[in-house]
Amino acid sequence: MNRIQNKLQEDKKLLSIYFTAGYPSLNDTVTIIQDLEKSGVDMIEIGLPFSDPLADGPTIQASSNQALKNGMTSEVLFNQLKDIRKTVNIPLIIMGYFNPILQYGVEAFCKKCQEVGIDGLIIPDLPVDVYHDEYKTTFETYGLINVFLITPQTSDARINFIDSVSNGFIYMVSSASVTGSQSGFGDENTAYFKRIADMNLKNPQIIGFGISDSKTFTQATQFAKGAIIGSAFIKFLSEHPIDKISKFVTSIR
Amino acid sequence: MNYNVNEKGYYGVFGGAFIPEMLYPNVEELRQKYLDVMAEPDFKKEFNQLLKDYVGRPSPLYFAKRLSKKYNTKIYLKREDLNHTGAHKINNTIGQILMAKRLGKTRIIAETGAGQHGVATATVCALMGLECIVYMGEIDIARQAPNVARMKMLGAKVVPALSGSRTLKDATNEAIRDWINNPVNTHYIIGSAIGPHPYPDMVTRFQSVISEEIKWQLKEQEGRENPDYVVACIGGGSNAAGTYYHFLHEPDVKIIAVEAAGLGVNSGESAATSVLGKEGIIHGCKTLLMQTSDGQITEPYSISAGLDYPGVGPMHAHLAKTGRAEFMAITDDEAMTAGLELCQLEGIIPAIESSHALAIFEQRTFKPEEIVVVSLSGRGDKDLDTYIKYFKL
Repeated sequence: MNRIQNKLQEDKKLLSIYFTAGYPSLNDTVTIIQDLEKSGVDMIEIGLPFSDPLADGPTIQASSNQALKNGMTSEVLFNQLKDIRKTVNIPLIIMGYFNPILQYGVEAFCKKCQEVGIDGLIIPDLPVDVYHDEYKTTFETYGLINVFLITPQTSDARINFIDSVSNGFIYMVSSASVTGSQSGFGDENTAYFKRIADMNLKNPQIIGFGISDSKTFTQATQFAKGAIIGSAFIKFLSEHPIDKISKFVTSIR
Repeated sequence: MNYNVNEKGYYGVFGGAFIPEMLYPNVEELRQKYLDVMAEPDFKKEFNQLLKDYVGRPSPLYFAKRLSKKYNTKIYLKREDLNHTGAHKINNTIGQILMAKRLGKTRIIAETGAGQHGVATATVCALMGLECIVYMGEIDIARQAPNVARMKMLGAKVVPALSGSRTLKDATNEAIRDWINNPVNTHYIIGSAIGPHPYPDMVTRFQSVISEEIKWQLKEQEGRENPDYVVACIGGGSNAAGTYYHFLHEPDVKIIAVEAAGLGVNSGESAATSVLGKEGIIHGCKTLLMQTSDGQITEPYSISAGLDYPGVGPMHAHLAKTGRAEFMAITDDEAMTAGLELCQLEGIIPAIESSHALAIFEQRTFKPEEIVVVSLSGRGDKDLDTYIKYFKL
């Protein structure tokens, strides 16, 4: 069984952290992953930076630009991660846009993920239909779980289709927005969280976009299996040295 | 060979809709409805009426006598420069604003590079009384001040794109992010034959009035509908798509696509996507685009802001790959010279984009009896500053 699936079976609410690989410095990737695990984080999304991140707000755009300037590429990332499984046990997911993966070669990318011990991928601009028709077999061959997004505007029929194609968790985008643009959840968000919870989907849901602190983490995980923090963590990294990571994590729960 | 979009949204291997899930409901709604809406008699009537009375169509097909004499062939200019707002862009924005109204949208967003599409969008929003937000790269705002002022006078809000290289590519990113943030009431009027399916096809259909008119106009003047060549400049490729559309499946009509070579195709400062681009994904479609070996999108360069785009519409990528169209690359210098030549031989000041298409006559010989129709996509008023600096006028 894949590490993601194992983790989802644990009887706890999961805290997942996103960071941009190669930020703030090119070679911080491994240290950040190790420190996040030590601080009690359950799962990590490693952001593969892209020049044109359509679904991201200014914070992640800036970290992506900096990472690219620092020299981050798919190849560099895989080299950094080659021994990661000697020290890190929690699930690791690569989150990135489709074009860099396409240029690397989808199969070559998946193969490399398996070699270094990546458990899953989140590719926001690879639609579920295209994945289902063209890439599902490849991902499965290399033991990778692909994670799809749903939003408050996603129809029930499409949610059910996404649920049927998924075999890990569903990434629930908290509201209609790019990353890092929310502050706090209102009744509308809560109603949506509840609506999805009541659908009793086969895959658990993890909520992302708009989780920034202990309060929003608690609100989100009241209805979902876990929550993902991205922009707030990147912002923390831009303001603090990376040896203070545990301080951020303990402030969440 | 089919050169139109297939039922899955592809032109050969190019096209599709590679969009984040947040955009799916909007794009899917458009995909399901656009052909039906465009086929409605009411829609057609309103669209055609506005093209006639507001845009000023049909645009003339003008036999350029002195230019033809110089190059010893028969050159016709399709005068899109005479449209209201000064370019072909308005054909598409009229179509899309009517589409947006029928979809019940109340807020319009657009991206713009040089500002032509922004002005055309602001114009139709004023016409229909809809809120208009135009994203424009911070650098373009600085170098295209008159168009920024036009958009403001027309009631649009111009928002600077501060990300990335702060030009057209980034303005497009910002418009897409706005659409993610406003998924219910907003329609995104894309200005070129790019973006996720059905945009390339929808924009092409709205622009196809160009080739539809060429057919009957040429029949009137030359007794035949088909020229030997149709020629257009290509950035994203909307004027080209409209100019080619009704000739795509006419094998006796040869198609020439003219890209901006900038300082030279291999100079590192170019926008010749068909030569420098590789298959990849930009702004929601699979097409040819300029990128690093690691898949990061790179910055193109051209003296012409309208051709300064790192990708090309998926239809054109397919025309390049299948060889249906011949692609030529024209440098800044060649285009500027051809632009000045048109001024002096025909009394027409062309947009620098269109000047690229005119520059092919120095590079390529046509037979005296051959008919070459060139799309004069826009007028040069917006480019006066560039012309002044270049020619030290």
